Amino acid sequence: MNTNQIIVLIAAILLIGFIIWWFFGKHQETAENANVTKGKQEADVVVNGGYSPSTIVLKKNVPAEVNFDLKDSTACLSHVVFDQLGVNKDLSKKNVTPVKIPTNKPGEYDFTCQMGMFHGKVVVK
Amino acid sequence: MKLSNIKRFWIALILSIPMIIQMLAMPFHWMMPGYNWIAFITTTVIMLISAAPYWKSAWAAFKKHNANMNTLVAVGTSVAYFYSIFAMFTNRAVYFESAAFVTIFVLLGDAMEEKMHSNASNALSKLVNLQAKDADVLRNGEFVKLPLKEVHVGDILRVKPGEKIPVDGTITEGTTTIDESMVTGESMPVTKKKGDKVVGATINSNGTFTFKATKVGSNTMLSQIVELVKKAQTSHAPIQNLTDKISGFFVPAVLIIAIITFVIWYVFLNASLVNAILFAVSVIVIACPCALGLATPTALMVGTAKSAKMGVLIKNGEVLEKVTNIDTVVFDKTGTITIGKPKVTDIVGDSKRVLTVATSLEESSEHPLATAIIKKAKEEKIAPVKVDNFAAIEGKGVKANFNNHTALVGSNKLFANSNISQEIQAEAEQLQNEAKTVIYVGLDQQVIGLIAIQDVPKPSAKAAIAELKKRGLKTVMLTGDNKNVAQAIGKQVGIDQIIAGVLPTDKADNIKKLQKAGNKVAFVGDGINDAPALSTADVGIAMGAGTDIAIESGGIVLVQNDLMGVVKALDISKKTFNRIKLNLFWALIYNLIGIPIAAGLFAGIGLQLSPELAGLAMAFSSVSVLTSSLLLNKAKIAGTSTQTA
Repeated sequence: MNTNQIIVLIAAILLIGFIIWWFFGKHQETAENANVTKGKQEADVVVNGGYSPSTIVLKKNVPAEVNFDLKDSTACLSHVVFDQLGVNKDLSKKNVTPVKIPTNKPGEYDFTCQMGMFHGKVVVK
Repeated sequence: MKLSNIKRFWIALILSIPMIIQMLAMPFHWMMPGYNWIAFITTTVIMLISAAPYWKSAWAAFKKHNANMNTLVAVGTSVAYFYSIFAMFTNRAVYFESAAFVTIFVLLGDAMEEKMHSNASNALSKLVNLQAKDADVLRNGEFVKLPLKEVHVGDILRVKPGEKIPVDGTITEGTTTIDESMVTGESMPVTKKKGDKVVGATINSNGTFTFKATKVGSNTMLSQIVELVKKAQTSHAPIQNLTDKISGFFVPAVLIIAIITFVIWYVFLNASLVNAILFAVSVIVIACPCALGLATPTALMVGTAKSAKMGVLIKNGEVLEKVTNIDTVVFDKTGTITIGKPKVTDIVGDSKRVLTVATSLEESSEHPLATAIIKKAKEEKIAPVKVDNFAAIEGKGVKANFNNHTALVGSNKLFANSNISQEIQAEAEQLQNEAKTVIYVGLDQQVIGLIAIQDVPKPSAKAAIAELKKRGLKTVMLTGDNKNVAQAIGKQVGIDQIIAGVLPTDKADNIKKLQKAGNKVAFVGDGINDAPALSTADVGIAMGAGTDIAIESGGIVLVQNDLMGVVKALDISKKTFNRIKLNLFWALIYNLIGIPIAAGLFAGIGLQLSPELAGLAMAFSSVSVLTSSLLLNKAKIAGTSTQTA
């Protein structure tokens, strides 16, 4: 084993350790409350390599819309699916795509990309 | 500048032409002059236009501690690209073409996937487009053309031959035949006359008629079907939990495998740096879990849309999965196995007196048997007498004060404490053996006569039950009727087991009993009182013109009142679910085999994949899963006419 090989081996072990820590370690998730204006609430979600924020909190009984702003141009994130609501929206047609969320009862609505690789949720309380 | 994937693909492909020429010329030992610089410049442009979006998305995901297929594409292409730049300036062999071709193939896969995805979801928009755009509405004594939005419940509308019926309603004038295939899947046109219901979006063929709107906007049958299918298409099948779990750690795991691959080749097997990198890049590129992610949603989308076209509405992926395990199908009798429009066939005793008492009491009842008695009385021109102290006795019959006598009309359970003469008893048994329901009519604890009512099985019942038995399913009939009647009907349609004398409220309990005995039960029913049974059963199948409540509680809704629909529903569910399993199997196997090959495990026997080939294989796997889902459209389902291509 020459020096180069030893350096590579150590670097590889460090890199694997970093991957495990970075992707599997516990990390804070962002949650955001919607803005309420004139009896209506809106929240913006930027779609770029995932959803930010990935958790949106809505108030009960105020008509709500979540605006998806697609900044990602790969096929992966081009649709957003709310499986409990029967919503499957193509985000690439418009700059910002609004999705209406029923707020008549408290609950959680998960949303994902069309393959279910990216996750986010809307909480009504 | 926003470019679609397909445009990015073409730009990249054109730019890669010099590299393709060089690849083809390689075996003849011809080197393009200045190849390294040409490859460097074209690949750089390809990276900027075509690969950069993947890098950008992967970086954004990385910052959020997420990894996905874009991460794999980004890592694969950037490693090949930046290594090649390093190699170029240190006079080593370059691998620009790997970076370029992987990008091209991934883009091709993405573009094809988008195209096929829109094909798969198209069926639904076709359904929505069935709706008429405007309607002839009666306003101030004249028919005027108005957009659909301005049609309200209660409006009178006119439909001419060849026109689409705009909303749901009831015919007030005229007769016609209507093609309802788009909603019910039934290809034969249906004759309709005054009082019959018409459904929006169906096509009027030969007559002009007017009708009163009963449901408009989002309440119409078509809107409800579209809503149901929409929910089904986006729903989650429990089998997906597997892929959800995998997707969480799949990509980081692949990155780790790639690093290990690199280390093994470079450190332990003394391979050159370049070869070790190429093996690692191949692993990253081939492992994209696209096919895995597409397997379930696309099959669900195609399957639910196809079944909707046949008049079978499947609520969600969970129902689809449960259907595969069903071993017992329980049918409600009245309205499900039988037509549900019973007729009076015999009257025992003084027919006028018996009928007078019966019709007077049944007048306020909504029981289907009551309708038959009232109809018969009308035919015989017997007018009902006003009664008081009317009371319905759940599941048994009715009771009232008839000219100061206590009158009872209903099943023999009502007369448990009273005299039934031998003669009448014998007559009743005789009638029951003929599959007739017997109604006892009594005055002051004395049975004065019998009314026999018969409900005939639907024409399709026998064939449908035979089809179900052929599939190894046990068929059971559940009915509140007397045992003799139930057995006679059961024999006619060939059902396996009969549970008779069940009170409406006990239907759900009987389903539970079957479930406790280890059966997976599907229940087929239509009435309001079927709702508890529909939701208790593993799979509830709500029939045809069923009530809204039945439709709410059923997992599968049959638009048509035809028992063959049950067979179709089971078939299409099984086919769709099997397709999902097949897709998942291939997607998994593909990665299980692909990754070791790409890692160079079989390099000893000459089997290895360059990054370009890995990219091609990856694109192919997504496309093959999509093709397999789209092929569901061509699957043969029992009871549907075979289409001639």
